Amino acid sequence: MSQLFSKKNKEVFSSPLSMNNPITVQVLGICSALAVTAKLEPAIVMGLSVAVIVAFANVIISLLRNTIPNRIRIIVQLVVVAALVTIVSEILKAYAYDVSVQLSVYVGLIITNCILMGRLEAFAMANAPWESFLDGLGNGLGYAKILVIVAFFREILGSGSLLGFRIIPQAVYEWGYINNGLMLMPPMALIICACIIWYQRSKNKVLQEK
Amino acid sequence: MNDYLNLFVKSIFVDNMIFAYFLGMCSYLAVSKNVKTALGLGIAVTFVLLVTLPVNYLLENYVLKADAIVEGVDLSFLSFILFIAVIAGITQLVEMAVERFSPSLYASLGIFLPLIAVNCAIMGASLFMQQRHFVDFGEAVTYSLGSGVGWLLAIVGLAAIREKMAYSDVPAPLRGLGITFITVGLMAMAFMCFSGLKL
Repeated sequence: MSQLFSKKNKEVFSSPLSMNNPITVQVLGICSALAVTAKLEPAIVMGLSVAVIVAFANVIISLLRNTIPNRIRIIVQLVVVAALVTIVSEILKAYAYDVSVQLSVYVGLIITNCILMGRLEAFAMANAPWESFLDGLGNGLGYAKILVIVAFFREILGSGSLLGFRIIPQAVYEWGYINNGLMLMPPMALIICACIIWYQRSKNKVLQEK
Repeated sequence: MNDYLNLFVKSIFVDNMIFAYFLGMCSYLAVSKNVKTALGLGIAVTFVLLVTLPVNYLLENYVLKADAIVEGVDLSFLSFILFIAVIAGITQLVEMAVERFSPSLYASLGIFLPLIAVNCAIMGASLFMQQRHFVDFGEAVTYSLGSGVGWLLAIVGLAAIREKMAYSDVPAPLRGLGITFITVGLMAMAFMCFSGLKL
């Protein structure tokens, strides 16, 4: 048991959450990260779906890693990921139909999410299943974390609510406060993401680029 | 004819793959450091889009749709796997063809060619095609050409801006990734003025 949670394994799990975050540091999986963050609820669902898919795809590829011929590994990886994404997409359609409509094509696009291919190539192809599971879960949750932060600011400034509940009281609107509609538009997702990167890199000087 | 032209212009400017849907962002940010490689990748993406989307359109309408092959059988849950297999397969074919007939182009594109298989813009276009129910084959072809050209325009524009930005004094934490995000954000705002455009 103690071996399963050794120091190295904890590191594998926790480093993608901050210092090696897939979005702000590794620059992977930005496409879907920006598109689903206009509201908090779809962002949470999307983040969790990606975390589950990365974790299990990592385990499956790690189990198969010694039997996959090198030349066709990309296609094998894509098929494994596509199968998992199909399962998640059907589950969402069955139990969370409204959210799956809001996410529209972005659920299918998890297949081509760079986080998946990046982690499968860089980690699962060279490591044992348990470490790969932790790595996948860590990266998925690191991705979910950024999604939730971006969605939090976009929803509260753009529609004055969180998870659909009104946060900014009616009285404030009567004084003349107006929701910032631009927050719900695509450009603001990029700019909020840039602010997160700015904050993170001014705290951690090692991450700064020349 | 007018419908096709309208769809073409709309898919370039209004429904731009990058600025409206953020598709293909990873390679967009990674490969936009100079105009020449950006142009090469843009052309390759446009070409692969132009080939894969019509194939996926035919698959969707004659194989996957409910009642398409056998009465009462709906295979649409298989669409993710089939689409990605088509895309990966065609990218491989294109790569082999380019290598055989134009070695110089092959050398200049290098690693980007096989990586197109995992470009979200290609898969995204196929999924949008499935969602929007295009009425005929011509519309699917027009849409694929339009979104490819839109992507090309976006990546060449960003590469040109980044080339000039090398001379400006950016705050240290924003250098590289941060300022690129802000630039893309401003470009996206500029593209928003096209919304509602109709011929």
